[in-house]
Amino acid sequence: MPVIEVDQLARSYRSGSRFSRAARTEVKAVRGISFEVERGELFGLLGPNGAGKTTTIKMLITLLLPTGGSARVLGYDVVADPREVRRRIGYVFGGDKGLYERLSGYDNLRYFAELYGVPPRDQRPRIAELLDLVGLTGKEGQRVEGYSRGMRQRLHIARGLLHKPDVLFLDEPSIGIDPVGARELRETVAALVSTGTTVLLTTHYMFEADELCDRIAVIAGGAIIAEGTPEQLKSRVADGHVVEIEVFDGVDDRIDAVRAIEGVTSVGVESSDRSQLLVVRTAAAAQVTPAVLAALEGRSLGRVATREPTLEDAYVELVRDA
Amino acid sequence: MKVLRLVAVGWWLQLKNRSRSSFDGLLSILYPLFFATTIFFLYRQNGDEAALVSAAVGASLMGVWSAVSTSASTTLQGERRQGTLELLVAAPTPFSLVILPATVSMATIGLWSFVVTLLWGRFAFGIPISFDQPLVFVIAAVVMTFSLGLVGFLQAMASVRYRAAWALGTLFEFPVWLVCGFLVPLSSLPDWVTPIAYLLPPTWGVSAVRAAAFGGSPWRDIALCLGTGAIYAAIGVALSRRLVDSARGNATLALT
Repeated sequence: MPVIEVDQLARSYRSGSRFSRAARTEVKAVRGISFEVERGELFGLLGPNGAGKTTTIKMLITLLLPTGGSARVLGYDVVADPREVRRRIGYVFGGDKGLYERLSGYDNLRYFAELYGVPPRDQRPRIAELLDLVGLTGKEGQRVEGYSRGMRQRLHIARGLLHKPDVLFLDEPSIGIDPVGARELRETVAALVSTGTTVLLTTHYMFEADELCDRIAVIAGGAIIAEGTPEQLKSRVADGHVVEIEVFDGVDDRIDAVRAIEGVTSVGVESSDRSQLLVVRTAAAAQVTPAVLAALEGRSLGRVATREPTLEDAYVELVRDA
Repeated sequence: MKVLRLVAVGWWLQLKNRSRSSFDGLLSILYPLFFATTIFFLYRQNGDEAALVSAAVGASLMGVWSAVSTSASTTLQGERRQGTLELLVAAPTPFSLVILPATVSMATIGLWSFVVTLLWGRFAFGIPISFDQPLVFVIAAVVMTFSLGLVGFLQAMASVRYRAAWALGTLFEFPVWLVCGFLVPLSSLPDWVTPIAYLLPPTWGVSAVRAAAFGGSPWRDIALCLGTGAIYAAIGVALSRRLVDSARGNATLALT
């Protein structure tokens, strides 16, 4: 039996005036999505900002009521049996919030251990075990207001694991933390999955999803537009190539010309301090590089490279077409 | 036993969290002191020492109500702002048992301002306060504090559902001072005020503390203070599930 079953789940928000029906608008944040997650699986939800990832998670962890469809976690309906769901799940989100700043890290964990029903005699050893797991041993007596962002995020993880949840929901957990912290976080998540914890992860970082997730659903505009393993998603654009050209003196006025070249499927630009990187995705076996270079004639160029598509390329392709 | 432990740990950690800001701590003393000082000056002009002493007790208790009425409504907004409200709701513990210790901790902070204001009256204004029944006085003050925490609990529950409900606290602060006889005896107020006052735990709390200080029997008032407070708590508990579900339906648990 799947641990998470989502069937035609939908959520709309109303905004505007309470008194005037004409001034009221309805925003459909999630439009009837369906997916299943098996026990011990790490399932990723990828999508741009506003795609409906957090709304979906909040419905699954019982913080939002769906306006359509149904969802069950470990066999319990998120609307009819919220307490049963809450007993068995953990929730961790990214960013600075969600902690009592003036309390120590230890007191934060002690408080949530009490709220999550960890038996009193187990609290002390469980907190020590988790502090060790997230690398905060020795820092637990400091007030959270003095913690770095990475330390806060690790404390969040410890909080989410206090009651040994069967299912862990991670909503962009690595947002804003440094590369070393993000790597440690990925290792922690991978270790949890190896012990049988089911994880549902949302993230913006494609390499993170590629490294961790068993399966991924790409969500855009409140609907799932693709689902599969990272390899399956990559294979959607595997027939093509990606040409990357570094341009030093501006490329924006040439994008339309590049896009018009036969065989080009999409064009993107990544800007840095010194240059812009033109990312050209091409159809199968298309030899477009000379044509692209011709379109950039007169510009000061740096590195020119051709590579295989990554999960990010697949994601960009999927979201662009949605 | 489990519930008692939960409430005790919740109360202690919330109290710790709230009392660690020296700025907030100073304000919770200075704000009631400002009002109490004004009242001391007014009553001293009158020359009636008995009225002055009675007003001193009432003025000291005003701080307890202020701590509850303003904080109870704003506290959930604060939890919402710092992202902890969703975590509290997502916990398997009934939400009422999460919020009750928090509002009682606010009233406890008010108890601190009560003591400071009494001392201010004694040493800055020379108001002679001798307690006929010191132990009963302490019991009455603690019961009143707890009972006001229960009223705050009902207020706090409303702000789970309605983001703007935090403003209610400020709305109730001054009228309750007046209606519940903190400064002026109920007998001096219009008759129609009396039934309203009887429904409010501070009325019985103020009366109990005064009786304990000046030699009356406070037990009936202590029981009524606790009883009316319990009614407010019962209403809060009864509404809690509905209000939380409504907040889940209307997406008001977070700021965004």
